[in-house]
Amino acid sequence: MARARPVRWHIGVFLAPAVLVYTALMIVPLFGTLKLSMFNEEGAARVFVGLRNFARLFGDPLWSDAFWNALGNNAWFFLIHMLVQNPIGIALAAVLSTPKLRMAAFYRTAIFIPTILSFVIVGFVWKLILSPIWGIAPGMLDLIGLKGLFAPWLGKEDYALTSLALISVWQFVGIPMMLIYAALLSIPDEVLEAAEMDGITGSAQFWKIKLPLILPAIGIISILTFVGNFNAFDLIYVAQGALAGPDYSTDILGTFLYRTFFGFQLQLGDPYMGSAIAGAMFGIILLGVCIYLFGIQTRLRRYQF
Amino acid sequence: MSARLSPGRAIAAHAALLTYTAIALFPVFVIVINSFKSRRAIFADPLALPLPGNFDLVGYQTVMTRGDFFLYFQNSMIVTVASLFCVLLFGAMAAFALSEYRFRGNMLLGLYLALGIMIPIRLGTVAILEMMVASGLVNTLTALVLVYTAQGLPLAIFILAEFMRSVSDDLKNAGRIDGLSEYAIFFTLVLPLVRPAMATVAVFTMIPIWNDLWFPLILAPAEEVKTITLGSQVFIGQFVTDWNAVLAALSLAIVPVLVMYLIFSRQLIRGITAGAVK
Repeated sequence: MARARPVRWHIGVFLAPAVLVYTALMIVPLFGTLKLSMFNEEGAARVFVGLRNFARLFGDPLWSDAFWNALGNNAWFFLIHMLVQNPIGIALAAVLSTPKLRMAAFYRTAIFIPTILSFVIVGFVWKLILSPIWGIAPGMLDLIGLKGLFAPWLGKEDYALTSLALISVWQFVGIPMMLIYAALLSIPDEVLEAAEMDGITGSAQFWKIKLPLILPAIGIISILTFVGNFNAFDLIYVAQGALAGPDYSTDILGTFLYRTFFGFQLQLGDPYMGSAIAGAMFGIILLGVCIYLFGIQTRLRRYQF
Repeated sequence: MSARLSPGRAIAAHAALLTYTAIALFPVFVIVINSFKSRRAIFADPLALPLPGNFDLVGYQTVMTRGDFFLYFQNSMIVTVASLFCVLLFGAMAAFALSEYRFRGNMLLGLYLALGIMIPIRLGTVAILEMMVASGLVNTLTALVLVYTAQGLPLAIFILAEFMRSVSDDLKNAGRIDGLSEYAIFFTLVLPLVRPAMATVAVFTMIPIWNDLWFPLILAPAEEVKTITLGSQVFIGQFVTDWNAVLAALSLAIVPVLVMYLIFSRQLIRGITAGAVK
């Protein structure tokens, strides 16, 4: 049929728009940025400097202090998501998938609502709630007699990053919940019925039957969390500004890239070092994705029904 | 399902879900109730409901008269709808080509297009900005639409291709025997069958576009092309002491994305369950 025709033009027509837009705005700029990271300005001319920008970024204290600080903060940010967001998401999905639960659609929608809010709203409302002046948090802690526990969390170097990570967890817990929920729903009834025949019910059923079956979905969520976290910028920017205060304690790679490229009060923008930071982020994300694809995903046992 | 839900477990499940629902909705609730109160009432008792004694629409009046809110709203709407349209159309076309036809380089092209799921487009920002400056597209909505289309395509193609593999070959071949062109098969037979998948892709594409702050800030910060997300961020900066106005602006910014989410969400779970992400 189709093979009889020498050239199947329609394949090209179907593919062309997507491939063109994707290549022009995603792949070319990515390599453009990587290329730019190997140049610098001397006088007025652009000169090739090889990997010297990266050497400065990792080794020159002027840059490396900020870089390692941002990387460390970013790792902590990611760790909190993995330890708090994903377990809560899985737990909510497990409860939500209880058979014959009433109002499941309502809960699902309500818990997903923070995810659809913009960072501007999220940053502002949590700043309000946690504010020591207007704040609702001190009042509420007072109600249960724990006012002593209150601190201006977003303003203290020790707590600010953790608080912001938890706010981000609050916002995005809907995504792991939704994906795990879908994975749980797709477990065939026969498997669960067989488990019940063998007397495996309730939480034992979750740990022994369902959890192994949804491990691939948990893997996907982990890698999505990783990519999302190492690319995060917006929440820190709206809550703490581009300077990621107090004293850079909430600075992550995204804010560091923004500040370097565009400059801020104390410093002019530097597109070359900015590109170098983007290149470093690219390397980190690629490394993480490769570790996942080759180290973890291949070892996950998949079950087909 | 044969399992019965014992009353004890049902109560525990509802208690857990209700608790989390309260945590999820509480901040939204705080914004919305306070946006309807007078300034004095906002500060005196932030948790009080808006009642006749403290009810005040002054915040909404300020937003309507001072901020260019309708313009921002319109910009966001144009950018989101146009990008969504391009992502869904181009994505579905490419997914159809990848899943339907065998040709040399099919696998490779699929991998190439999937790369973008893992690598965030933001890392190319520096070069994108240079490119937009060179082509004179800075401060236009077109720049944003192009970037968001590229950003949304990889995931859209990945999900839609998985779905299209499950569309029956017999149906398509029957269409071919009846003399339908490949384009007619795609638009009239296949597209209607993958509607749930399209809804899933629409939600996952739309939310980050509507809420994005990065690209509007960098590519289109001018007044006449500001999106609502950037607009409200700037608005908060300018009106920082006028809490009525800020809270009203934020309440208004929640509405459109919520409505869009509710429209698509009925298809969402069906889409995810049947699809590639499981």
